[in-house]
Amino acid sequence: MSPKRLIARLDIKGNRLVKGIHLEGWRSLPKHPNEYCYDYYIQGIDEIIYVDAVASLYNRDSLKEIIRKTTENVFIPITVGGGIRSVEDAYDILRSGADKVAICSQAVKTPELISEVANKFGNQCMVLSIQAKKDMNGNYEVWYDVARERTQMDVMEWARKGELLGAGEILLTSIDAEGMEKGVDIDLIRQVSQVVSIPVIASGGLSVAGDFVEAVNAGADAVAVAKAFHYGRVTVAQIKEKANLMGINIR
Amino acid sequence: MAKEVSIIDYGMSNLLSICRAFEHIGARVKIVGTEEDILSADYLVLPGVGAFPDGIKELGKRNLVEPIKQFARNGKPLLGICLGMQMLLGKSYEHVETNGLDIIGGEVNALPRDMKGYKVPNINWHSAEENKTGDWKNTIFENTENGTCYYFVHSYYAMPKEEKHILANSQFGDLKFASAVKKDNVSGTQFHPEKSGEDGLKLLKKFIELL
Repeated sequence: MSPKRLIARLDIKGNRLVKGIHLEGWRSLPKHPNEYCYDYYIQGIDEIIYVDAVASLYNRDSLKEIIRKTTENVFIPITVGGGIRSVEDAYDILRSGADKVAICSQAVKTPELISEVANKFGNQCMVLSIQAKKDMNGNYEVWYDVARERTQMDVMEWARKGELLGAGEILLTSIDAEGMEKGVDIDLIRQVSQVVSIPVIASGGLSVAGDFVEAVNAGADAVAVAKAFHYGRVTVAQIKEKANLMGINIR
Repeated sequence: MAKEVSIIDYGMSNLLSICRAFEHIGARVKIVGTEEDILSADYLVLPGVGAFPDGIKELGKRNLVEPIKQFARNGKPLLGICLGMQMLLGKSYEHVETNGLDIIGGEVNALPRDMKGYKVPNINWHSAEENKTGDWKNTIFENTENGTCYYFVHSYYAMPKEEKHILANSQFGDLKFASAVKKDNVSGTQFHPEKSGEDGLKLLKKFIELL
């Protein structure tokens, strides 16, 4: 089995770390985002994902400042998403110190942006962020604009198309599981992992170390943890220990 | 006095991350892009993110190919990272066959896409194992524990012609590939030490202690 990655996801609003439920109703956490990030780094996290929670159109200076500060004492890969609408936006974020960009809404609106970013900076730099929600018939539908707009597009079709257009990874967020702390969406992870050959990062719902194992067994190459880390419900060490115990190859 | 590390800027790398990492371990960083600066460097780093043909083209456009080769011959430490490491070799088959700097003999080939459970691009942490012919003493891996993990992002891998130029191996499914190379004063890592946490920083620190 290939090695699996454990990622800390930090949703940012202004200069605060926030956490919501189903990507809504954001609440601020007490410490500065950079403090959480450094803490996870010291604990041995494999990667960091920052997401601009409100995908702010203007005034992204605070986010860039957070990225810039991160590069001073955190030496692992950093992915940044939320509100990236053009190759220029992507360049701006990468220049601030990000290693990869995650694009969601604008990829839905203009899918060719995936190819443009991949061609300009390499596939490894282009993370397609997919917000998925189960519809009434039990099919997974792509949503966007921070889970406010629906597309009637099938998640598996969109994931496949994203790969063809040049995405190097998929950040798969389950809107249903997000913030609920009731476990990951196994079904969603399994279905998406089966239709693409690029790495899939499962995001949303992890509350105990065993959820990491479940996500990996369903096909995830990496798992992003947010709330459970921020509120101290589970630690990096606990998850890695559990993964090791279950025979998962992890740093 | 702080050691000065010269990092080549040819428009194709995560320059900021590499600078931050060297600064963090106490080095002074100088961004270089001319023959004069390269030849007067003490420690030279050739970074790189992107495709092999583009990398060579950009170096060529800036007339940096010969100065880098000359620097390599003068015996001072040179470190290639990721694409920068691959370009140290003779040639690559990424997109089209392209000649490299040929400082270390060998070629660069595509990672196999039929390794079950292993995906391309390979975006992952892999352990680096000491090559059986090698010895990590007086290398960037000195005092590193065998099997330490580093962060990789790549779709191609280096195949040095001579076994003795392989410093470390990593495993991609059934494929054992060179994750670090070394020939005399020239070293290279397929992984990103600047993105591999404290273990990566340790390698960079060793690098600036090589002289």
